[in-house]
Amino acid sequence: MSVRVYDLAHGRAGDKGNTSNISVVAYNARAWNILREQLTVERVMQAFEHVAKGPITRYELPKLQAFNFVIENALGGGVTVSLAQDMHGKSLSYLMLAIELPGDES
Amino acid sequence: MNSPPSSIRVGTGAGFSDDRIEPAVELAERGGVDYLVFECLAERTIARETLTRLKDPDRGYTPYLVERFQAVLPACRRNGIRIVTNMGAANPAGAARAVRREALALGLGDVPVAVVSGDDVTDLVRANPQLPLMESGEPVEALIPRMASANAYLGADAVRDALATGAPVVITGRVADPSLFLGCMLHGLGWSYDDWGLLASGTLAGHMMECAAQLTGGCFIDPGRKDADDPVNIGFPYADVNAAGELVLGKLEDTGGRLDLMTCKEQVLYEMHDPARYITPDCQLDITGVEFVQEGKCRVRVIGMKARPRTSTYKVVVGYHDGYIGEGEVAYAGPNALARAKLAEHIVRERLKARGFSYPEIRVDYIGMSSLHGMGDGRPEPYEVRLRIAARSPDRKAALAVGFEVRTLHVNGPSGGGGGSNAMREVLAVKSILIPRALVTPCISVEGSL
Repeated sequence: MSVRVYDLAHGRAGDKGNTSNISVVAYNARAWNILREQLTVERVMQAFEHVAKGPITRYELPKLQAFNFVIENALGGGVTVSLAQDMHGKSLSYLMLAIELPGDES
Repeated sequence: MNSPPSSIRVGTGAGFSDDRIEPAVELAERGGVDYLVFECLAERTIARETLTRLKDPDRGYTPYLVERFQAVLPACRRNGIRIVTNMGAANPAGAARAVRREALALGLGDVPVAVVSGDDVTDLVRANPQLPLMESGEPVEALIPRMASANAYLGADAVRDALATGAPVVITGRVADPSLFLGCMLHGLGWSYDDWGLLASGTLAGHMMECAAQLTGGCFIDPGRKDADDPVNIGFPYADVNAAGELVLGKLEDTGGRLDLMTCKEQVLYEMHDPARYITPDCQLDITGVEFVQEGKCRVRVIGMKARPRTSTYKVVVGYHDGYIGEGEVAYAGPNALARAKLAEHIVRERLKARGFSYPEIRVDYIGMSSLHGMGDGRPEPYEVRLRIAARSPDRKAALAVGFEVRTLHVNGPSGGGGGSNAMREVLAVKSILIPRALVTPCISVEGSL
């Protein structure tokens, strides 16, 4: 049964230069396990192909049941020079949360 | 001097230059805070303010400086609260004089202000053109002819030394955001600047609090999914820290917003790259072992932070002139709105080409459809769409032409185009380098008599 990241986690986007970082915080242990298996760097890269060149690094924080995705070349050259409306990429957390995953295998 | 108190409360007064004014007043009047920290300096603010200071030597500090002090200074003086802020931007001494004038006007008398400077390293950058840019590895040399500013992120030791003067107000230029908070703890709790456990606590506290409401319900609410009380009046956070480095984050219970594990988890990762190595001028913070424990309504204990010794360099942000960005917008609605917007785009592109302008980068947004997350597959066509065309150019005239050609659509463009707007701005870009610490000398002075 497929599931949106939005139903498993919450998150926030931050910026430094031309790099966006997006936290994905699982709501519970079950969500954490699904995300750990299915919200891979490849899946995120696919969702971000229209906005970012990458590379993407995924950091796991098991104590917080959270991930930190660091997405390089994502902000149109950086906040100060970007031609985008959302120069900081604040809205990108919801591109992450909109990702559909296969969900529970059972 | 008495022995340092065993615990202090440090509050956030502002998390960015255009932040709300009144949460700081609430904390000053009834928050029981000892220190109130205002973080108001984005990456390129100093570059912009350096240009302002060139035109007027009395200015070059952040907007709203006077409004913020007008609002909080009376309660801070009454309650013995010390203020620390980077609102000095490119002119901390000028900001100090403006604050002192305001204090006199408010009937608060002679308020001494400690000034932290020495962050301006433009001469050092000119003398060391070989230093590599962190973004590309190329030498900074190529930017020097266009350089508007170069400022080192100073550390908490400079804030500590400024507080040691006894001045009730400390105004800085560029100081790393968490260091503004850590400096209060170094001074108020008598911490050693080489105790990495304590520096981890203070740096984490500063990191959590530097964006103000982002810890207490700001940038958080998603109606029906993640709600919070009274989103109109979100209160700002404070930290209770003791001499042993124990840390509890809090906010006033009768203010809006929320402070709990969810808001803490979102903020602890905000603007973080490698969570094991968050580099500040004071230490390298490691949050991989951090845990949050709810201790009461609006009170969260933080444990498990660690730090490694600080690096041998200061990060320097170089601001430089990088041409112009011109843009224009026009909106369409109803049947065939997207096709009309696309025709408008075509007309503008062709007109700019026909006038002989070319651009290294043109961006087209269909607002309502593709302006934030790009043109993904299978996007439904919206009822309304707002076309936005933006382009950069080293040539001011070429940048101006973008908005002009969008504007001409007003009577020449496709049917039913409305609500046009256009703008042009000069670009102040930033890039970073690392400078050996030994080359930079933080400087403390006092305006007024102690």
